[in-house]
Amino acid sequence: MNKSLYDYLILLGDSPLILGHRLSELCGHGPNLETDIALSNIALDLFGQVRNWFQYAAEIHGEGKTEDDIAFLRYEHEYRNVILTEQPNKDFAWVIARQFYFDAWHYSLLTQLCESRDERISAIAAKSIKEVTYHRRFSSEWVKRLGDGTEESRARMENAIAHFAMYKGELFEETNVEKEMFASGTGADFKVLKAQFESFTNEVLNEAGLEIPQIDWTQRGGKHGVHSEHLGYILADLQYMQRAYPGMQW
Amino acid sequence: MEIDINRLDLEFQAKIDSGKTIEPKDWMPEKYRKTHIRQISQHAHSEIVGMLPEGNWITRAPSLRRKVTLLAKVQDEGGHGLYLYSACETLGISRDELFEQLHSGKAKYSSIFNYPAVTWADMGAVGWLVDGAAIMNQVMLTRTSFGPYARAMVRICKEESFHQRQGFEIMLSLCNGTAVQKHMAQESLNRWWWPSLMMFGPRDEESTHTEQAIKWKIKLKTNDELRQQFVDQTVPQIELLGLELPDPAIKWNEERGHYDFGPINWDEFWRVVGGNGPCNRERLAARKEAWEKGAWVREAALAYAEKQENLREAV
Repeated sequence: MNKSLYDYLILLGDSPLILGHRLSELCGHGPNLETDIALSNIALDLFGQVRNWFQYAAEIHGEGKTEDDIAFLRYEHEYRNVILTEQPNKDFAWVIARQFYFDAWHYSLLTQLCESRDERISAIAAKSIKEVTYHRRFSSEWVKRLGDGTEESRARMENAIAHFAMYKGELFEETNVEKEMFASGTGADFKVLKAQFESFTNEVLNEAGLEIPQIDWTQRGGKHGVHSEHLGYILADLQYMQRAYPGMQW
Repeated sequence: MEIDINRLDLEFQAKIDSGKTIEPKDWMPEKYRKTHIRQISQHAHSEIVGMLPEGNWITRAPSLRRKVTLLAKVQDEGGHGLYLYSACETLGISRDELFEQLHSGKAKYSSIFNYPAVTWADMGAVGWLVDGAAIMNQVMLTRTSFGPYARAMVRICKEESFHQRQGFEIMLSLCNGTAVQKHMAQESLNRWWWPSLMMFGPRDEESTHTEQAIKWKIKLKTNDELRQQFVDQTVPQIELLGLELPDPAIKWNEERGHYDFGPINWDEFWRVVGGNGPCNRERLAARKEAWEKGAWVREAALAYAEKQENLREAV
């Protein structure tokens, strides 16, 4: 098995898996029907991408491994999502700020992966980028709408943008696998990723009239399997059926 | 004047009888308008309250494929809510007013959603039985007299029959699985069976709206006829799954050409309709909470839209 490629695919799939989980918690509870449907749509897109990454990873792994084994049957330290994606849905401004940072990063990542030397990766990225273009538009429009809406929405949005700033640094910390994948032409250039992220988020925040958070430290660990306290609860839900009824077909 | 109204009434009924649809701008009796607001909004509320019992299983779905199909299904219910609220708005009432009626308890929603979804098998049983029962009503409504409602139903029915098949397929997987899975399916069928039969509403002799509803083509069949049709359709499916019948009184009646079934517990039906089912309070509280917590978001969206409009006008 090509372990580096397998590990890389896990890195690509875990963040959308955990963010999709958080978004799916909101289904039926949105501030209005249109937003409820839109957030479920984003979750559906993310889960679709997860399936593509994990099906590929399962093939690379061999030995009968399935997408569900990968999604549901790992221990906490084996999940490689960024910590940003685990953060709870405290209010709609939190949901939007988390999504906004994630989408800005995800869009640039997938744009680069469209050019990956690995044809399967470039094909998955090419399909996903269409969806993520919409996600990025959705979240950045809401940042503007809330930022320039009422006094209350502005305060909440500013607070959420400032809060989630401490999680964005991890998006640009390159693991050894990511370095290796970039060197071989399979992965992304993190310098470009960071520059595109900064330029896009600054532009949207300026347009929304929101302060750009100045922060020189970051929460980190998710990409190395060291998570926040939230992940355990997420896995308790996510893995419940597979753990309670092991080895069954659904 | 009275003569005019009578004439309008007659023309209106003649139009319905001739199979033409009534459109929002057409003249209609006030009672027709009110009945439709009541029925369409009740239907819309059922869709969005119905998102809750199934929504509660999305995060725990047992595989990625099941997770995606369940999420898509629950999202479809939200979409159905959206078309139905829009159809209702054509009768001169706003979505906010309709929500107000739901939250205050003035408007009802389908009582079935006051039952809890406690196991994964319920995702199968709800799709198969609850959506199956709903489709029986809804297929009939594609031919109802009010145009926007009938057209919304055409689209909704297509999606609902997909959901029903999906639910049956979940049950089939469980029944083809281990003894534990099959038990889960049986237990779920036993719990959902009677509430599903209650979905068709009270017995014909106790149903107050039937006669008028048939005249306006809101109903083409009575509650009891639809209930019988549902039993006749579902019993062979239960047998196909290899599950035990949830009612020992179910028996083919050669003379009637239908299945007989046991008595429904109407006390339970009226208790749940009256607000005292297992989840009535939770369902309503969840809807109210989403609405109240979302107030600042809706206000912000409105304020932003106004600002943008002013900017465009200033240019």
